[in-house]
Amino acid sequence: MSETKCDCTGSRAEKYKELAAVMKEEGKKPGTLIHLLQKAQEFYGYLSPDVINYISEETGIKPAKIYGVATFYAQFRMEPIGKYLIMLCKGTACHVNGADQIEESVCEYLGIESGETTEDGIFTLNTVACLGCCSLAPVMMVKSDDGDETYGNLTKDSVCDILDGIRKNAQEVAK
Amino acid sequence: MKIVVGEGSCGIASGAKKTEIELRKQLKEKGLEADVQIAGCVGTCYLEPIVDIYDDGGELTRYVKVKADDVSKIVDSHVAKGEPVKEMAISEEDGKFVGTQKRIVLRNAGVINPEDIDEYIARGGYKALESVMANKDPEEVIEEIKIAGLRGRGGAGFPTWFKWNAAKGNAGKDKYVICNADEGDPGAFMDRSVLEGDPHSVIEGMIIGGYAMGSNKGVIYCRAEYPLAIKRIQKAIDQAHERGFLGKGLFGHKYNFDIQIKAGAGAFVCGEETAMIASLEGERGMPRLKPPFPAAKGFWQQPTNINNVETWANVPWIFQNGGEAFAAMGKGPSKGTKVFALAGKIKKGGLVEVPMGMPIRDIIFGIGGGIKNDKKFKAVQMGGPSGGCIPAELIDTPVTYEDITKTGAIVGSGGMIVMDEDTCMVDMARYFLDFTRKESCGKCNYCRIGTKRMLEILERITRGEGKDGDIELLEELAAKIKDGAMCGLGQTAPNPVLTTLKYFRNEYEDHIYKKKCTAKSCRALIKYEITDKCVGCTMCAKKCPVDAISGSPKGQHVIDQAKCIKCGRCKETCKFNAITVD
Repeated sequence: MSETKCDCTGSRAEKYKELAAVMKEEGKKPGTLIHLLQKAQEFYGYLSPDVINYISEETGIKPAKIYGVATFYAQFRMEPIGKYLIMLCKGTACHVNGADQIEESVCEYLGIESGETTEDGIFTLNTVACLGCCSLAPVMMVKSDDGDETYGNLTKDSVCDILDGIRKNAQEVAK
Repeated sequence: MKIVVGEGSCGIASGAKKTEIELRKQLKEKGLEADVQIAGCVGTCYLEPIVDIYDDGGELTRYVKVKADDVSKIVDSHVAKGEPVKEMAISEEDGKFVGTQKRIVLRNAGVINPEDIDEYIARGGYKALESVMANKDPEEVIEEIKIAGLRGRGGAGFPTWFKWNAAKGNAGKDKYVICNADEGDPGAFMDRSVLEGDPHSVIEGMIIGGYAMGSNKGVIYCRAEYPLAIKRIQKAIDQAHERGFLGKGLFGHKYNFDIQIKAGAGAFVCGEETAMIASLEGERGMPRLKPPFPAAKGFWQQPTNINNVETWANVPWIFQNGGEAFAAMGKGPSKGTKVFALAGKIKKGGLVEVPMGMPIRDIIFGIGGGIKNDKKFKAVQMGGPSGGCIPAELIDTPVTYEDITKTGAIVGSGGMIVMDEDTCMVDMARYFLDFTRKESCGKCNYCRIGTKRMLEILERITRGEGKDGDIELLEELAAKIKDGAMCGLGQTAPNPVLTTLKYFRNEYEDHIYKKKCTAKSCRALIKYEITDKCVGCTMCAKKCPVDAISGSPKGQHVIDQAKCIKCGRCKETCKFNAITVD
């Protein structure tokens, strides 16, 4: 959050033209900050200091306050994420059915902890409170540009097979 | 012929979308005609994906666990020749899962296409609203809700008519009616299912409520983790607009009502009314002291009424069938039905709607079919992080607000997580405190620091480092947090600890004094060993992620306890039952 002014607001409007369109329509309405942050994250994957400053300039809300709101909610990310976002459910039903062991297995397979991104940039692992698919516990959702895919009744081995498949597929596409 | 594929989030997670795509593809390829529709979740989550076929005579055949590969069999036989595939249809036993329920809130879920307003209207939708506006003035509407005895289904069970009446009595520039769809309780998913399966019932309920309270503005605050629900409500709102159920001059009266959706951003505390209002206003979702109550000063400082999804979905039914019909169900002051989300170590998990007052036993063993793998039932957790664990000896407790509260748990939003002998109750308490500690907004000290200290003690106990006095310290902290915390989140946060201490104190004592976890779940307190049943197949050694198992082929293997991380993979792999855990 070091820079408060960008080199030129005009270029930011260009750089963030999707967000600019949303702000033009709704930016001045009271109470829309969370909505704007959701849109910004949807468009750009995460909330960079630059985007936060841009929203601040357009709405007149101080960057510190935006930062305060963004860090309060679990949905917002301040760092870029991998191509596939793994949302591993740690809800009660999943916990009772062994979500901790599934997490351990995923961490071991990917070599990262929850909240981190793999070196190849393919996976980011997040644990979430509940996906609401409790009857399929343990569950994870994998989000990507291709859409959201939910996997249920996971086992320590099946979860690695699933991630292995996704990774191979991603590497294939990259070629 | 009409074919309906159940596509709630859980159905889609089980592959229902792929089933639908395959179905459409095969019908086209084989030149067959059928009206393919989607529906929400019928509640039998353990049988997903579900495909219902209605023959032209209206007869229903329900197929269960229909993966894309199974589609051809159904298409070739049932669709092409009119011969149902009996072995793939739902069994009589499973049919009872829905058959024994009393479905009011879930009356349309899994039956109608949630994206088609005509299907809702065909089942009597918006009739209640029409008759209310033609025949009742707002006082009479509130009176009917009072006769019905409807109480808030989100957790506290506060009488709905009272809240409506309070909001009605307060004047303001604007007045808001809010639907709380921030279903944050881990383990509860009935609100998601209602919004995905029958969004119009919530919308109709809100319009009736708005009319009674004199409000023109509705807001649905839905958690962001439910993208499909948000999509379907938006569609439903748009359709309701087209038909004139929302907008200006409803049914030719001088009454306007509109609804907008606000997506939450992932904070459990936003289920609390004042925190939700802060979040709606674009702020950090932190609660504030009450009074003033939202009914006086709520969203944008205007009179505001907040009810949860299930409460709203009950409203149209009440006006279609009368408050007395609703009040005829239930027990004592707990009227009507309640939806429970049955999950955990249960054979048949899913959504269950039953009249209030049904004993827990009938839900878990009757409808739910008992415990997975026929293990021993230990406890059921109700009310999520604000609730508690009800032990096996209280299994005949009727599900009413009063009876459940007596046990130390709460009905809450209706999550019912079943636990068996392998679930460690100290670990459950630790799990919930970990949750509330993370979700505490940090505004008041008792909650922010208190939950952290309680968690630290519980972590210590489950690590095998518990010490004399820990239980007493937990009790002291629990009492102070209950008294000192500002909002419901903090005030109820100690409940999971207090109920497990009340009913499973021996497990805490075993952990602390005997360094033993009876459920064999806390890793620091268990030990894996290979017995002489071992035939030396070497499978466990291959599976061990830390190379802690050694031994020659055909000889008994040994686990190096210093290396063992107690992941349990060896035990899962062993085909000879040669690995014990103690």
